[in-house]
Amino acid sequence: MNRLHTLAADPAPSPLERVGVRRVNDFAIVLIGSSKGGLAALQKLLGFLPATFKTPVVIVQHRMESAEDLLVELLQKNTELYLKEVEDKDIINRGVIYLAPAGYHLLIEEDHFALSTEGPVSASRPSIDVLFESAAEEFGSKVVGIILTGMNRDGAQGLKKIKEAGGITLVQDPEEAEARQMPDAAIAASKVDYILALEGIGRFLNSGGAAPFPFPPNGGKLSVPQ
Amino acid sequence: MLNPKIEQIEFELLLEGIYQAYGYDFRDYAPASLRRRVQKSMDNLGVKTISEFQDKILHEKESFVHFLNTVSIDVTAMFRDPDFFLAVRQKIVPIIRELPSVRIWHAGCATGEEVYAMAILLQEENLYNKVRIYATDMNAVVLDKAKNGIYPLKNIQDCTANYHKSGGSHEFSTYYTAKYNNVIMKPELKKNIVWAQHNLVTDRSFHEFDLILCRNVMIYFERPLQEHVHQLFLDSMPIGGILGLGKKETMYSSAFRPNYMEMDGNAKLFRRVK
Ligand SMILES: C[S@@+](CC[C@H](N)C(=O)[O-])C[C@H]1O[C@@H](n2cnc3c(N)ncnc32)[C@H](O)[C@@H]1O
Repeated sequence: MNRLHTLAADPAPSPLERVGVRRVNDFAIVLIGSSKGGLAALQKLLGFLPATFKTPVVIVQHRMESAEDLLVELLQKNTELYLKEVEDKDIINRGVIYLAPAGYHLLIEEDHFALSTEGPVSASRPSIDVLFESAAEEFGSKVVGIILTGMNRDGAQGLKKIKEAGGITLVQDPEEAEARQMPDAAIAASKVDYILALEGIGRFLNSGGAAPFPFPPNGGKLSVPQ
Repeated sequence: MLNPKIEQIEFELLLEGIYQAYGYDFRDYAPASLRRRVQKSMDNLGVKTISEFQDKILHEKESFVHFLNTVSIDVTAMFRDPDFFLAVRQKIVPIIRELPSVRIWHAGCATGEEVYAMAILLQEENLYNKVRIYATDMNAVVLDKAKNGIYPLKNIQDCTANYHKSGGSHEFSTYYTAKYNNVIMKPELKKNIVWAQHNLVTDRSFHEFDLILCRNVMIYFERPLQEHVHQLFLDSMPIGGILGLGKKETMYSSAFRPNYMEMDGNAKLFRRVK
């Protein structure tokens, strides 16, 4: 918390950041939470990330603990970035997409991950809320939080914490989501920055350097050119 | 909003106080999940600030016990990770078969399900009689539950499925007696198990073991404390001894990695070679 965050891309604010505009590259981490319908949504979304995407991405996708774990393989097919299921105390590296393992909560400690088998939180393990809250505590305003399709309410409280810490929050447009409960719950719990279709979220992340989507200094929904 | 720096100081003082007063050392535990448990314990005890919590914990033994129960995340299950137990059957059983007598240590056994699973497996392989299992945990409350071996009936369906996935071919119901909403593990499974309180952080090596299982315990420790525990394990096993970790635990950044050969990367089984 009061220690240095080696992950922050640039310790000094960029010129744009100084006037209140931030871009994905200025962030320490991008977090994505998804549940029912998440596989298809993630496959589509990851397709938008360029191979040069540097900000670490962390995904919590709800799934059965006992399920044969093919998720890593399935998702890896959609991206040139290295995709890894997290193991205990893995260092968070730039240019890597991380996936929370089935049956464990994923937390963030300074520059590395930690796991926990604490019981389900928000009826889920891994829980999106647990990851989002711990990232908000660790990285404050340098977090991008994204909630995609799902049939429960996990992630709503975590996204709120990210927003409160000054991070940027995005939610998949409930109209487009395969299951709208999770996006709806997130939108109801806090004032999110963007409500976008997957393509919009994808373009938002992809725009990392060019900033066609400047972050509003004080949050608030922007209309997004499609 | 609380000043995070002050809160950090309070948190560290709390852990220091607990160590001084009760001898339990959480100072090098992984902070993110420890904080969650402290918060949970505070919520349950109805206190708002860490200082208030510290006051309660230091002055009331019951509050400390409550905290200890919250902080020792004792979530476990019989034959959790069937692949692990399958690997035990396939790779460890043949080694154990060759030994005249065998000592196994379950470090951080929580409520004991993993220990009974091991006893069942060994009995099926006709090895249980020459084995002594030491099952330890820092928390006396969970150890009592482990000793009793009484578990909710509603969990049994999952356990049975996992038992079969792990290579078990018997009728799982022969290992317990169902009573009301619970099952009681058969007494013959308990006969070679020694239950004892032992803290991996503050207690020393107490024996030499052929197999040490410490699964999903060290995930709650920061790296330096994990290294401390690895030293303890090395002090507690001969060359040829085997260490089993949890499914998502690794040794790759440990200074002790060269002491081991990987027996099964997936099941996280390591054999001591030097
Ligand atoms: C999640 S359980 C692991 C249960 C089982 N091994 C499994 O994998 O299913 C973690 C256990 O570690 C115990 N534990 C935590 N810190 C410990 C320490 N310093 N010494 C001994 N046991 C400890 C806790 O009391 C808890 O029962």
